[in-house]
Amino acid sequence: MKTAQVIMATGANAAAQAVKYARVDVVPGYPITPQTSIMEYMASMVENDELNARFIPVEGEHSAMAAAVAASAAGARVFTATSSNGLLYMHEVLHMASGGRLPVVMCNVNRGIFAPWTLWSDHQDSMAQRDTGWIQYHCSSNQEVFNTILQAYRVAEQINIPIMVNFDGFAISHCLMPLTLPPQEDIDQFLPPHKPEWRLDPANPSSFSNVTMAAEYAPFRQMLSDDIIASIPLVKQAAQEYKEATGMWDGDTIDTYRLEDAEVVAFAINSMAAELKLSVDILREQGIKAGLLRPRLYLPFPAEDIIAALPQNAQVMVLDRNYNFGHPGGILASELKSVLFGRRNDITVKNRVMGIGGIDLTRRFMAAEIRAMMDE
Amino acid sequence: MTTSIKQLPDTEQVLSGNGACGGCPATMALRIVGKALGPNAIMLLTPSCSVASMGMTPKLGYNWPGINITFATAGSSASGITHALEIMKEKGRLEGELPTVFSWVGDGGTYDIGFQALSAAAERNDNIIHFCYNNEAYSNTGVQRSGATPRGSFTTTTPTGKRQPKKNMALLMLEHNIPYVATATVAYPGDLYDKVVKAKNIPGMKYIEILAPCYLGWQFDMSDTVQMSRAAVRSGAWLLWEAENGKITFNNPTSLIINGKKAAEPVDEYVKKQGRFNRLLKGADSAERIAEIQGDIDREIAFMRERAKITI
Ligand SMILES: Cc1ncc(C[n+]2csc(CCOP(=O)(O)OP(=O)(O)O)c2C)c(N)n1
Ligand code: SF4
Ligand SMILES: [Mg+2]
Repeated sequence: MKTAQVIMATGANAAAQAVKYARVDVVPGYPITPQTSIMEYMASMVENDELNARFIPVEGEHSAMAAAVAASAAGARVFTATSSNGLLYMHEVLHMASGGRLPVVMCNVNRGIFAPWTLWSDHQDSMAQRDTGWIQYHCSSNQEVFNTILQAYRVAEQINIPIMVNFDGFAISHCLMPLTLPPQEDIDQFLPPHKPEWRLDPANPSSFSNVTMAAEYAPFRQMLSDDIIASIPLVKQAAQEYKEATGMWDGDTIDTYRLEDAEVVAFAINSMAAELKLSVDILREQGIKAGLLRPRLYLPFPAEDIIAALPQNAQVMVLDRNYNFGHPGGILASELKSVLFGRRNDITVKNRVMGIGGIDLTRRFMAAEIRAMMDE
Repeated sequence: MTTSIKQLPDTEQVLSGNGACGGCPATMALRIVGKALGPNAIMLLTPSCSVASMGMTPKLGYNWPGINITFATAGSSASGITHALEIMKEKGRLEGELPTVFSWVGDGGTYDIGFQALSAAAERNDNIIHFCYNNEAYSNTGVQRSGATPRGSFTTTTPTGKRQPKKNMALLMLEHNIPYVATATVAYPGDLYDKVVKAKNIPGMKYIEILAPCYLGWQFDMSDTVQMSRAAVRSGAWLLWEAENGKITFNNPTSLIINGKKAAEPVDEYVKKQGRFNRLLKGADSAERIAEIQGDIDREIAFMRERAKITI
């Protein structure tokens, strides 16, 4: 039996390695900082015969998603990746993937959006795609990026919904961390080959995304809405089965740290949540009973798991790396309040927006912010 | 020898009973294309008359699997499918002869919003056939101008007649160095059929543009589609040619016009047959504006004649 191997890898390399392990068939790609190196890895893996797949060097992200959607409709397992304005440029076609019930998996390397121009991370890009009907994971380490992409294929192909795997530009995409690569056989067992229920096939000349009257359109949309929520047990199952196959665990829908007896709960996603574990330790040293709740799954919003995990009477400090324009804070806070309303009246929710355009979020800074929020 | 209409196969891929207008040139053209392609093909469509007339989910009036894609993405979507099929075959997941992957797209989806993705697919030389049925306007949304609308033509967004000439899209595709480019129109079904059969057997990117006189947009009687198509060719407003590996050949009767064996019919005859030029004909400056249209045609004929001489 082969054993796992540990390499040093950036988040971008971790993503590319996962795509290789998933034995993906078609990868349309287009560069944008900080995602570019994923596409460079994919192109060289294909050219060097490390991955038996087609790399399609398209002329833009709108086309990247179009090619991904079409290749998926033809029955292939597909992957692409983007960031920021690239993701915004895909917007129309993201709806094709979800409405078309195609299990496309994509990485979005979070970066602020312009104007004005920024290169560094915040979460406005993926949050702006909230209503496209995609499932969204958000990862806090390079290893989690690798693990999540493989879990994403498992979930997407079971429920025919596309999945976006998000992680921060630079803090994850460009930083080296040890990466455990499990034996390929273990992954092959965990992720069997893609066998679509339907594909474009001349033996069965049916239409795809044809004009549809309201009587059929409306139930179709309802089904998508229901199935996105119904993916939660599959997300949990995939995390569990992945753990059994590889021994690795990043949480299922949520990840928690020192939460059980916490009175003050930091609530955040992506790499800042990894740093927040250290902020929690700092606060604990100061005598504050702090803890962390990180939604690993942002969409569908894991309401039940969050409601079950929050300790009685906790103050939840939501640290948003995005704006909810038209409201005073960020989007995560608004999502959290909507699920707590009428269910957990014991909880207080406070909110700050931070880390916009890549402002560094250190453990001390966030610990201080949380302390200040306690006094508000 | 060009295949005669009597020699076309009896098989039909366009099924009876679809939602197109009577005399629809796009449907007529697709019927001939279907005879040449046969059933082993996958069809991509962008929003257009051909989508509006194809039937309702989950059925379609064409005997192929058909995927309706976003307006701008015929090129990239077709690339996605052809690469998917090829790699799945390489990996042993598909057997038998791979289907022909073809896009059936209007001039809006080709000249305008879809130009970028199509250009990129051509530059990559992906294995697809892109058909543009060119009715010289956005017919489906009620006849607005496109990059294919000729100078002088009324559309709802050129209420006093378009001021600019159309682009030469087929020539632009040729300059992508793709293995096959052809133009055709419904009045010459054998010519169209032969070009599709040829394209089907050439690997890489193929572009076939079919002039599709649309009675609604052009404003003539719907029983005159074929006559209008023929008049376009005889006046030189539409040139029939094909290019294999960059070498241009003109087809009859365009070749006679190009070689000077036959004069093109004066454009005012062609223009007068169509209501879309009515306002221009009624204006005080009508002679001048018809001369402009004639000038555009003469220039294209002269240019294509010279371009065809370049064989390197
Ligand atoms: C992104 C986008 N913009 C606009 C439209 C609206 N639209 C639908 S069909 C059409 C015109 C199609 O023109 P063409 O490609 O020439 O086909 P035709 O209708 O003439 O057959 C337009 C503008 C759309 N469907 N998608
Ligand atoms: S409007 Fe023209 S192109 Fe459209 S269906 Fe009618 S005849 Fe055909
Ligand atoms: Mg048109």
